[in-house]
Parts: sequence; structure tokens; C-alpha cells
Amino acid sequence: MPKTVSVPHAEPFSGSIVSGREKKRITLIFGVVFGLYLWTSVETESTVTDLIAGLPHIWNMVGQLFPPNWDYVSQVWPKLLETIQMAVIATTIAAILCIPFCLLAARNVTSIPWIHHPAKLFLNALRTIPDLILAVVFVGIFGIGVFSGILALIIFSFGILTKLISETIESIDPQPLEAIRASGGNAFQIIAYAVVPQVLPQFCSFSLYVFEINVRASVVLGFVGAGGIGLLLQQQIAFLRYPNVMTLILIIFFVVLAIEYISGKIRERLV
Amino acid sequence: MTSIPKPKRTWKQITVRWIIAVAVATLYLWVFTSIDVKWERVFSERTIDNLDRVIPQMLSPDFGAFGKVMEKMMETLFIAYTGTLMASILAVPIAFLAASNMVKNRVLRSIGSGILSGIRTFPELLLALIFVAAVGPNPFAGVLAIAINSIGMLGKLYAEAIEAIEMNVVEAMSANGANKTQTLFYGIIPQIIPQFLSYAIYRFEIDVRASTILGIIGAGGIGTLITIAVANRNWSEIGMILLVIIVVVVLIDYLSAAIRKRIV
Repeated sequence: MPKTVSVPHAEPFSGSIVSGREKKRITLIFGVVFGLYLWTSVETESTVTDLIAGLPHIWNMVGQLFPPNWDYVSQVWPKLLETIQMAVIATTIAAILCIPFCLLAARNVTSIPWIHHPAKLFLNALRTIPDLILAVVFVGIFGIGVFSGILALIIFSFGILTKLISETIESIDPQPLEAIRASGGNAFQIIAYAVVPQVLPQFCSFSLYVFEINVRASVVLGFVGAGGIGLLLQQQIAFLRYPNVMTLILIIFFVVLAIEYISGKIRERLV
Repeated sequence: MTSIPKPKRTWKQITVRWIIAVAVATLYLWVFTSIDVKWERVFSERTIDNLDRVIPQMLSPDFGAFGKVMEKMMETLFIAYTGTLMASILAVPIAFLAASNMVKNRVLRSIGSGILSGIRTFPELLLALIFVAAVGPNPFAGVLAIAINSIGMLGKLYAEAIEAIEMNVVEAMSANGANKTQTLFYGIIPQIIPQFLSYAIYRFEIDVRASTILGIIGAGGIGTLITIAVANRNWSEIGMILLVIIVVVVLIDYLSAAIRKRIV
């Protein structure tokens, strides 16, 4: 037996852990990222000098927000409740509507490729449209009011829910499905006895999660006239009543936090 | 054939279930009876008229406006890029502050995570509204809103990545007599860089979507065109804008996923 052990790729230690080629690559990537940053920051007028020039204005604005005007709180409640109502209605309707589409888009339930592929493509395209743009379009069609906001939220949350739930359906245990199929069960029996019991907790959990998202989204819908607390925010900013704006911001902050906490607790118990 | 016997429930469980059921039913009753929907306006002749006009026009996009729309879409991408890059750098120190294995002081740590969760609660549009009021209606306001909003989520993800690192490496280095800077550069940073990059690219994806709507309140980007087109009832241009948004966002998602797959 030879006593020396041959070491593969024995290179002399050059004093650096990173190889020269790797260093060049990293430098190149860094250069591209930084170059793009310089270009985009000049185009959007947000270079460091712009930032320094803008800071006094921002501080000035922040200073005007304090102290918040607590007398304004009583006028906020109706619109705040409207915001929550919009979120509840939209989440409920979207959760019901999404069930057939989730099943269509799930690979293991709909085994026909030319149905579940187009269904997925359609849902992906639908998800790229931001909620506020939907709201703007619906306000254009149905006029100012909560109805337009609710429609926008339904479509927006429908997109998220179908994706989350169809992925859950795809990851379920396939054995109960096969067992029911093998013993002669039809598609509806498979769904009712094999799919539903496995996904029901996740379905509830995701619906609550989408409710959280909807509360936050419905805050801004009012900016374009689609109901909710955003309307008040926009009015108060337009009238330069900054202490009232701060009150609104604080109320939104605590309500969103409270809803997230409660829904988080419920979801913990569900799954 | 007998059915499977159901597990017996105690009286307590039954009452709890009933209370929950009644509470949910009351909630729904309240929501659906007190929501203020003006049905007479929703189902008025004007709406039906609108629907007749809007849907066909939106489905036949105005390709003549392509140049104008693309120009604004580029501005949207610029806003998202600048904002995300600013945030991905600014989030690093806050993330280190909020990571439990880096900062042992509980007060400092809760300041860090408090800042992050505070930021995450605000919709970026609300921030944009404030910045538009502060620095005027331009893309700069949009960049600031995107940058600050992204810090919240990136900081949280970064902090989780830092908490998940192999601490043995760090301990071995400090046992060998490496100082704080050396452990940071040779022990911690190589472990977290891939995750940080991947999260920053993922956030860029989200920010592209977010910056498409900033223009609606005057903070630059393609949203500016939407408000103008809706005001002019130019539905075929809206169709074109929606088409561009869908295609560009899907492309960016695809590219970002491909890059992220190579990194991690």
C-alpha cells in the first residue's frame, strides 16, 4: 500500500477562498445590478441627491401628522364598518365561487389536460390584474359605491383562493381517491368523500387568510370611489387636514393588526 | 351495513359549537342587511348601456396606443426596480437587529421586529398617498412608497434566513479567535447571500404588480394612463393597458422564477 494519498484538484492555496473566475462573475453581476439602478433612479428622479432634497418635505409632512385628532374618531366608524363588511361579503362569495374552479384546475381531480391547463392559464392571467385597476374599471361601469368595490374584491380574492386551494388539492393523499374510483364511485362521490375531507381545514384557513388580505385591500379601494375608509383618507388629505389623516392611519393600523391576530389564532386551531 | 359510529361529544363542545354557529350567523346577518348598496343605480339603464359598450371595447384592445402604454410600463418597471433595490439594502441592518441569534438584547430585538411588522400593516398605496402629498405627484413618490413598504416584508424574510443559519460555523470561527467583522464576512454572509438575493428578486415581482397601481393616485407609472382612460371612457385603451400589464407581469414572474431557481 502506498502511503501517500492523492488529493484530487490539488491547487496551491492562493490566499482567497473565492476563485478568480467566480470573482469576475460576481463583479459583472454587481456591475449590471448597480448600472441598472443608476439608470432607473435617474429616470424616476429618485437619485440620492433627490432623496436628500426631498427629505425636508417628508419630515415636514410627518411633523404635520402629529398630534392625531381624536375628536375625529367618532366619524370614522361607519366607513370602517363598511370596509369590513365589504371584505366579509367578497371573501364569502369568492370562497363559494372558487370551489368548482379549484376542482377544474387541480391536476389530480380533472385528469383531462386540455381542461386543467387552460383553467390554470386563465387563473394566472386573472391574478396579474391588481385589485385597484379592477375597482377603477367597475366604478366606470357601475358607478361610485360599495358594489363596485365588492365586485373588484371578489375577482381579486377569487384569483388568490383558486391558486392556493387547487395547489392544496393537488398535494392530497391520492390513495382514498383511487380506492373510491376502484370501487366504482363517480366523480362527485370522489370529490365528496376523498377530496373534501382532506382539504376542508386548509380551505377554511385560506379563506380567513384571504379575508385578511381583503380588509387591507378594501382600505385603499375608497381612493377610486369604490367604498370604504379610503374615501375618508383621500378627502382628508385633499383638504390638508393632516391630524385627521393620522387618526385614520392609526385606526387602520390597529384594526388590521387586530383582525390579523384573531384570524391567525383561528387558523392555528384549524390546521 | 352499519355506518361508522360518531365520536361522542361532551356538552361543553356542543355549546361551544352552537355559540360559534350563532356568532357567525349574526355576523352574516349584520353584514348582508346593513351593507349600503345602491341597487337602483347598479341595475339602472346606464349600467346596462355601459356593459354593452365596455366589454366589447375592452376585448378589442387599441394597438395604436402600444407605444404610449409601453413607455409608461417601462416607468413602472423603473419604479419597481429602484424601490426594490433601495429596500433590499435598507432591510439588511433592520433584519440583523430583528434576528434572535444576532441580537441577544430583547428590547433592541423587539424594536427591530416592531418596525418590520408596523411597516407591513400599511398598504403601499397609503404610503404613496402620503409621499405624493409630501414630494408632489411624480415617480419619486412611488419609489419611496415601494421602497419603504418592501422593507417590511424583506426584513422579515431576511431575519428568518439569518435565524436559520448554521451557528456552528460562527462558533468555530470565534473559537479560533476571529473578531466580529471576520465572523460576519466569512461565517454569516456567505450563508445568507443566496436567500437574500432570492427574496429580493421575489419582492421585485410583487413590486412590479404594486407599482402598476401607483399612478392611480398620481405616483407615476402605468396607473396614470388608467385614470385618464377611464375618465375619457376610452375602454379600448384600457383593454390595451390590461393586456400589457398581464403580459409583462407574467414575463417578469417567469424570469424571476427562473433566476431564483438558479440561485438557491
